[in-house]
Amino acid sequence: MTDSKYFTTTKKGEIFELKAELNSDKKEKKKEAVKKVIASMTVGKDVSALFPDVVNCMQTDNLELKKLVYLYLMNYAKSQPDMAIMAVNTFVKDCEDPNPLIRALAVRTMGCIRVDKITEYLCEPLRKCLKDEDPYVRKTAAVCVAKLHDINAQLVEDQGFLDTLKDLISDSNPMVVANAVAALSEIAESHPSSNLLDLNPQSINKLLTALNECTEWGQIFILDCLANYTPKDDREAQSICERVTPRLSHANSAVVLSAVKVLMKFMEMLSKDLDYYGTLLKKLAPPLVTLLSAEPELQYVALRNINLIVQKRPEILKHEMKVFFVKYNDPIYVKLEKLDIMIRLASQANIAQVLAELKEYATEVDVDFVRKAVRAIGRCAIKVEQSAERCVSTLLDLIQTKVNYVVQEAIVVIKDIFRKYPNKYESVIATLCENLDSLDEPEARAAMIWIVGEYAERIDNADELLESFLEGFHDESTQVQLQLLTAIVKLFLKKPTETQELVQQVLSLATQDSDNPDLRDRGYIYWRLLSTDPVAAKEVVLAEKPLISEETDLIEPTLLDELICYIGTLASVYHKPPSAFVEGGRGVVHKSLPPRTASNESTESPETAPAGAPTAEQPDVIPTQGDLLGDLLNLDLGPPVSGPPLTTSSVQMGAVDLLGGGLDSLMGDEPEGIGDTNFGAPPPAAPARLGAPIGSGLSDLFDLTSGVGTLSGSYVPPKAVWLPAMKAKGLEISGTFMRQVGSISMDLQLTNKALQVMTDFAIQFNRNSFGLAPAAPLQVHAPLSPNQTVEISLPLNTVGSVMKMDPLNNLQVAVKNNIDIFYFSTLYPLHILFVEDGKMDRQMFLATWKDIPNENEAQFQIRDCSLNAEAVSTKLQNSNIFTIAKRNVEGQDMLYQSLKLTNGIWVLAELRIQPGSPSFTLSLKCRAPEVSQHVYQAYETILKN
Amino acid sequence: MIHSLFLINSSGDIFLEKHWKSVVSRSVCDYFFEAQERATEAENVPPVIPTPHHYLLSVYRHKIFFVAVIQTEVPPLFVIEFLHRVVDTFQDYFGVCSEPVIKDNVVVVYEVLEEMLDNGFPLATESNILKELIKPPTILRTVVNTITGSTNVGEQLPTGQLSVVPWRRTGVKYTNNEAYFDVIEEIDAIIDKSGSTVTAEIQGVIDACVKLTGMPDLTLSFMNPRLLDDVSFHPCVRFKRWESERILSFIPPDGNFRLLSYHVSAQNLVAIPVYVKHSISFRDSSSLGRFEITVGPKQTMGKTIEGVTVLSQMPRGVLNMSLTPSQGTHTFDPVTKMLSWDVGKINPQKLPSLKGTMSLQAGASKPDENPTINLQFKIQQLAISGLKVNRLDMYGEKYKPFKGIKYMTKAGKFQVRT
Repeated sequence: MTDSKYFTTTKKGEIFELKAELNSDKKEKKKEAVKKVIASMTVGKDVSALFPDVVNCMQTDNLELKKLVYLYLMNYAKSQPDMAIMAVNTFVKDCEDPNPLIRALAVRTMGCIRVDKITEYLCEPLRKCLKDEDPYVRKTAAVCVAKLHDINAQLVEDQGFLDTLKDLISDSNPMVVANAVAALSEIAESHPSSNLLDLNPQSINKLLTALNECTEWGQIFILDCLANYTPKDDREAQSICERVTPRLSHANSAVVLSAVKVLMKFMEMLSKDLDYYGTLLKKLAPPLVTLLSAEPELQYVALRNINLIVQKRPEILKHEMKVFFVKYNDPIYVKLEKLDIMIRLASQANIAQVLAELKEYATEVDVDFVRKAVRAIGRCAIKVEQSAERCVSTLLDLIQTKVNYVVQEAIVVIKDIFRKYPNKYESVIATLCENLDSLDEPEARAAMIWIVGEYAERIDNADELLESFLEGFHDESTQVQLQLLTAIVKLFLKKPTETQELVQQVLSLATQDSDNPDLRDRGYIYWRLLSTDPVAAKEVVLAEKPLISEETDLIEPTLLDELICYIGTLASVYHKPPSAFVEGGRGVVHKSLPPRTASNESTESPETAPAGAPTAEQPDVIPTQGDLLGDLLNLDLGPPVSGPPLTTSSVQMGAVDLLGGGLDSLMGDEPEGIGDTNFGAPPPAAPARLGAPIGSGLSDLFDLTSGVGTLSGSYVPPKAVWLPAMKAKGLEISGTFMRQVGSISMDLQLTNKALQVMTDFAIQFNRNSFGLAPAAPLQVHAPLSPNQTVEISLPLNTVGSVMKMDPLNNLQVAVKNNIDIFYFSTLYPLHILFVEDGKMDRQMFLATWKDIPNENEAQFQIRDCSLNAEAVSTKLQNSNIFTIAKRNVEGQDMLYQSLKLTNGIWVLAELRIQPGSPSFTLSLKCRAPEVSQHVYQAYETILKN
Repeated sequence: MIHSLFLINSSGDIFLEKHWKSVVSRSVCDYFFEAQERATEAENVPPVIPTPHHYLLSVYRHKIFFVAVIQTEVPPLFVIEFLHRVVDTFQDYFGVCSEPVIKDNVVVVYEVLEEMLDNGFPLATESNILKELIKPPTILRTVVNTITGSTNVGEQLPTGQLSVVPWRRTGVKYTNNEAYFDVIEEIDAIIDKSGSTVTAEIQGVIDACVKLTGMPDLTLSFMNPRLLDDVSFHPCVRFKRWESERILSFIPPDGNFRLLSYHVSAQNLVAIPVYVKHSISFRDSSSLGRFEITVGPKQTMGKTIEGVTVLSQMPRGVLNMSLTPSQGTHTFDPVTKMLSWDVGKINPQKLPSLKGTMSLQAGASKPDENPTINLQFKIQQLAISGLKVNRLDMYGEKYKPFKGIKYMTKAGKFQVRT
């Protein structure tokens, strides 16, 4: 007697048979018939034709029969809306039933019937059930509001159900609270703007109380809701954390991970010096490790989340390396994730163990896994310098195995090791060359070609090797073609005599026979470089390459912070913000980690202080600090120290830099390059001989660079009066600072408002924060007669002696003339100190950003600026603030920028621009956080002028 | 929340579907089938699969894929935990969870699923509550129902549903009052070629079978509770008392349940009760390889190791093996290349061994990979971590229950590399 009998069919046709049985007088037969209908439904058969007959069975006191009919109704009501109305009466009646089970069942089922006409009738019973005396009915009704909202949101709002639902958060029964929170969260997800879950310390307290008493699922809803709350200070954050911590010991892994999310988020607000901070860190490790002993599916989700946690707070799991060791029968998706985390946790302390494991994995069966393991060895070498030698020898061992895909992966990673540690391991090149023939994957071929080109002078038969690749040039992938082109040009520059023919061949292949614009453009660039100035070509092509940074696949810091807020969700599995993949136009609120605000330091948080504060008006008088003044007075005001005049030479340097920079990016892996550069004339026919000048195209190329060159002056603020005449016996000095192509100057305007002629001018600076000093004496050629004005540009350098000033950019100046010595102080805009080579490598940027502790991050608002991202970026670039990357996140433009000060301090910036909004958010990270404020002012000045 | 559930067998047929919101067409499973095809083995199907409009989260249990469909951002662990609960419930209801059993009880399954979720929100997932709502089928009940016309659907609201102890129903009565606790520890370990431990950890659980009348309040204390620094409790355990006194205090659910699971991490020293001596060698020239393994006891605290099984996935190049065991039986499947040796008990005086030759494909080079040996074993009356229960006390009821405690150590994922 099993249910499988419901699947047997008869000749007459199932539907016909069932119809007859449903209309039978016998209760038992009816029930059996409905069961058969349900059974057919579960396997996806269409039994909607029986609708009227099934609904007829609804009016019964047999609960099982009633439930079965309800099940049927929920599935098919939508296809038969008119018939479904027949059921309404029974529902309304059931909502009044003395048995709470039946009341709840009725309201639950009614909510599942997605027919407009029925929902109209649902409102009254639902209102009653929301206030029912039985908590079981109330909790069912809470969910029903969410259902109804899904069908008809307007109706729910009009009927005031949302308010009733909000009231349920204060219900005495924890289960009702949990369901109300769940329902509100679901509704809020489709209405990001509405303030449904208005969290305040009182409601938070209620939630925390309910947390201890409700079911595991309710705990998940409540924890996820708590994670959206931002505590007002660190004390509140700590007290919430204390009450959430016991959830880490829950048997349900979803509860554990939601608790981890709350803790990770609120931890951000706690000071690291706090004892509790350390305790919390220690408490987080064991539950995460335990998740890894669960079923593989749970492990996978846990590992994806741990990957985020390890990037954000590596200290939590730094001693737990061993739990990530791979078991040979783990599913592949778990293996790959474990490997990734192993590399992130690798450090000098555990590298020996890790390497031994990786070597073990490299002999496994699964190809994908083996590849990743080999690659991981390379990443270890790059990450932990002390291990590089062992890694290289391990890789060589693996190459000796001659397993094709192992060899290829090994060569790809060895290339990276060469770049990280130049001139250290090149002795292995011979071994690599032996395996040239077995390489069939583009990445491996490209890597090998790069190695041959880069070390052409050490490989005797480099030309032969490269020539062998050239034979099948057109069959290669673009990656290989580009690499081959560069490698042969390198070879030519190193051994020009023997390889002239080869280079001509590759250039003509690249420029004439290829349809690929990137390849063609790169070909032309080389061609023109080589034909115009081989020496310059050598400088450009064989320039010293920047070292590659340690970790190549870090998640961008802002994205990482956002993802930390989404621990335990799909976003954390995909490592993308929900907006990137959540279905439909439902807006998603950006979540961000709370800033650290301590209760005891209420004054001056970095955001509030500088916001609208005017920057220009600063007292012109030297602060009365005796010793400083004394310093200045003791300065020798004779002929000033002569610094090397910088102007002329640096113009050239700037130009070279520009060219180099452009070409570098052109030759990098990114194919963007100068794809849109417009070559004026169509390329001429291939020159018969190298060295033939190429006319128009070439000059175009240089036009381009010179065009870029003129842009490179940074913003110059208007002159301001520094020393009023009345304070200086008639000498009025106004001036400004400027930076042009690498040199700083102080533009002065001296006006004689006295009645006597002024002569013998001299200037001297006091020691200052950045060592600014005059690079040449102040030259006023003729005596300054009364009412005469003279303009002077005084070149400055930054080799003077350094003393930290307050404010940082304060400059105290003494000017002497035949009458007296005058002192004044002025503030110089920081951007005159931004140097031209302040563009950081992308990888380097990521690594540095991560490296600088979060305490050093400062956030500012730039208001009332109507530029778009493009304009901002050009404007800033003119002042040597370089945009390294641009990303668009949900309509917001994120610019990642770097700049370097004359004293070598790097400042990294992230500028968030919301199109249409005049307010930008600027986050600055710097190892010397005291400059942030001034860098922000520089941004402000540059962008607003 | 959870939109729909599809049950799919390993040959790719959908044999049950359940929708908690609007109906989602079963064609959504095509994306799952694609992923299933890509993965070589059923175990390797990724647990989260995105499709243009939905997400498919799946678990693979008892040769059935349980595929949940979700549409909005839902915590994936929540869904996976729920699917596990579904599997557990089926097992609880029908004894086994398999395709034929589910098909045989399709209506009960459907009713149970309806009770477990409402609009995708979990409603009743505790098995004792479910069993009051929908009575599990027994032969007796089916017969009675047919005769009397009564149903297997409970008519009253389950008592535990809203009480402070939702896991226990009221009015429980037994003539024999008994409480049994099993401390079961599994050793997960990786042992390297030379026999030293790469990593070893213990996953422990305390499973209980409590049949006590009324509302008993139990406390369980340990001789060495500091071993338990990483624990997950059943919701019935009072966390505060554990924090302050290291005592487990709880009102138990009725019947079988897992009281606690714990984890003794790799940082502690874990005793390894067994060792494997192996010599597996391939020669470049010959098409024959030599194979020999011996299993012996190591740190067993004087207990016998039983139920030993050795499993090893041999390299693909191995055609066949001719082996002689000193005890037990062995098989080699030339298709899957799986060697399995059922050893049985280990007698320390006469260590079991398996010796012989492997024949390789003629002319083929020697295999690149080394086979890993997977070991299974059991040790009765021993918790390898050293955990010991001190005493069990009962409050709140007057009678004297019968108490029992059992220890066992098993191999979890115990792997020896060669």
